[in-house]
Amino acid sequence: MKDKLFRFVLFFAALMILLLSAGIIYSLVSRSLDTFNEYGVWGFISNAEWDPRKATEEYGALSFIVGTLYTAFFALLICIPFSLSVALFNGEYFKGTKVASAVSSVVDLLAGIPSIVFGLWGFYSVRPIVIALGVNAQGFGIFLSSIVLAIMIIPYASSLSTEFISMVPNNMKEGAYSLGATRLEVIRRISFPTASSGIVAAYILALGRALGETMAVTMLIGNTDRIPSGLRGTGNTMASVIANQFGEADGLKLSSLIAIGLILFIITAIINLIAKMVMKRLSKV
Amino acid sequence: MKPILELKNLSVSYTPGKNAVDDVTTDIYPNTITAIMGPSGCGKSTLLRAINRMHDLYPHIRTTGEILLKGKNVLEMDAMKVRRLVGMVFQQPNPFPTMSIYDNVLAGYSLNGIRLKRREKDEIVEQSLKSVALWDEVKDVMSKRGSFLSGGQQQRLCIARTLAMRPEVLLMDEPTSALDPISTNKIEELLLELKKQFTIIVVTHNMSQAARISDNSMFMYLGELIEHGNTTQMFTKPKNKRTEEYLTGVFG
Repeated sequence: MKDKLFRFVLFFAALMILLLSAGIIYSLVSRSLDTFNEYGVWGFISNAEWDPRKATEEYGALSFIVGTLYTAFFALLICIPFSLSVALFNGEYFKGTKVASAVSSVVDLLAGIPSIVFGLWGFYSVRPIVIALGVNAQGFGIFLSSIVLAIMIIPYASSLSTEFISMVPNNMKEGAYSLGATRLEVIRRISFPTASSGIVAAYILALGRALGETMAVTMLIGNTDRIPSGLRGTGNTMASVIANQFGEADGLKLSSLIAIGLILFIITAIINLIAKMVMKRLSKV
Repeated sequence: MKPILELKNLSVSYTPGKNAVDDVTTDIYPNTITAIMGPSGCGKSTLLRAINRMHDLYPHIRTTGEILLKGKNVLEMDAMKVRRLVGMVFQQPNPFPTMSIYDNVLAGYSLNGIRLKRREKDEIVEQSLKSVALWDEVKDVMSKRGSFLSGGQQQRLCIARTLAMRPEVLLMDEPTSALDPISTNKIEELLLELKKQFTIIVVTHNMSQAARISDNSMFMYLGELIEHGNTTQMFTKPKNKRTEEYLTGVFG
């Protein structure tokens, strides 16, 4: 009897989560229908115009999609050398030592810092440096937000890469050493290739985090509703435009913001799915 | 005849003050197969791994004494160079899973950054695979991954990979303990063939294997080298009582 009850509770809990996810998707889709009816799905995605003035009202998501991809990929690029070094330090050179566990706790601590704190730090500490470097006059923009974003995703990329690098079998590495290879060559030709799909998956997951990161980016990107002119330019990501404008939005504008939310949701879902597939392929080897 | 390898007061310790290999002194002669036997934990693998400086990979392990390879102390040579002169085959076949069969044979060269012409590569691959009797079995599947082969084939591939570097000495750490009897047989025949060109030292748990293939045998116990001599003599008339007890199955 108790067993049956417990099973029912578990079943109910699982069902609730499914219903909840379905509910989120339903409300996103139903509320963005106005926009898609007005412009068509492709019309909305491919239009870079975002003009909320009542007389010339027109909404398109392209500027924000480009802004999102721009910041996320640039952040990923900055993050790679750092997280890879951390992964090698913890998973290969100092594997299992006290130093390694200290480093990994500090890196994990980075993951626990709230986004808004990163935003504040970026605003008051990194922005002056960006200005001093002469990137642009105000400091705000793709460059600044990508740097802060890169630091935010390092723990995600490094902890998973560490795992995969330390999983490379010891007898494989010894085999390479026994042929006279140096440590660098063992890493380059044995450890990295063996762990490669895991490392790729780690970076895809980190990219997923970067795409959806909102608060810090909103504070740093400059919030202009145009396709960013380049690394030095300002812009908006999908997440930041929603955070910035949902409060005063109604009608078609609100529907368009929700449609952007739906697109962001779909993109991150696909990214996570790809990462899972890459890891699944790895576990089969 | 001059020994190719001379061990002088060789000791290895994992923890200070406790020797896993204790003051071993002995000679090994060229073109022979030497079997190292002894109960688990007697230090036979530790002794073997000292010869190609594998212990250098683990900073807490201390090696003292001398290991002379053709008169030169390997403990004072560059470790990478030592490992090219002294090849090693492991208990578990460990072909590199991300490389093709062809690239596995040449792994020693690519890992050392040695560039070869296509013709030289083909020649080394063919010769190495022929010397382990694997050529006919794999010559049409060269681009497949090493892990595609059976366990016995993988082990022969690993031997080929080592031979490709033309080492002076070949160390083998229980090379057949993970293999089936037929594959084991093939490897044993192979070793008898290979000793014409190389000097082979093989750690084995399998006494009949030692009796079948080795010219000389070493018996180790608690880190000490108890007896080292002609295999036939050691199996029929062991000098030491503990050797006799081990060989007759009183302990081990």
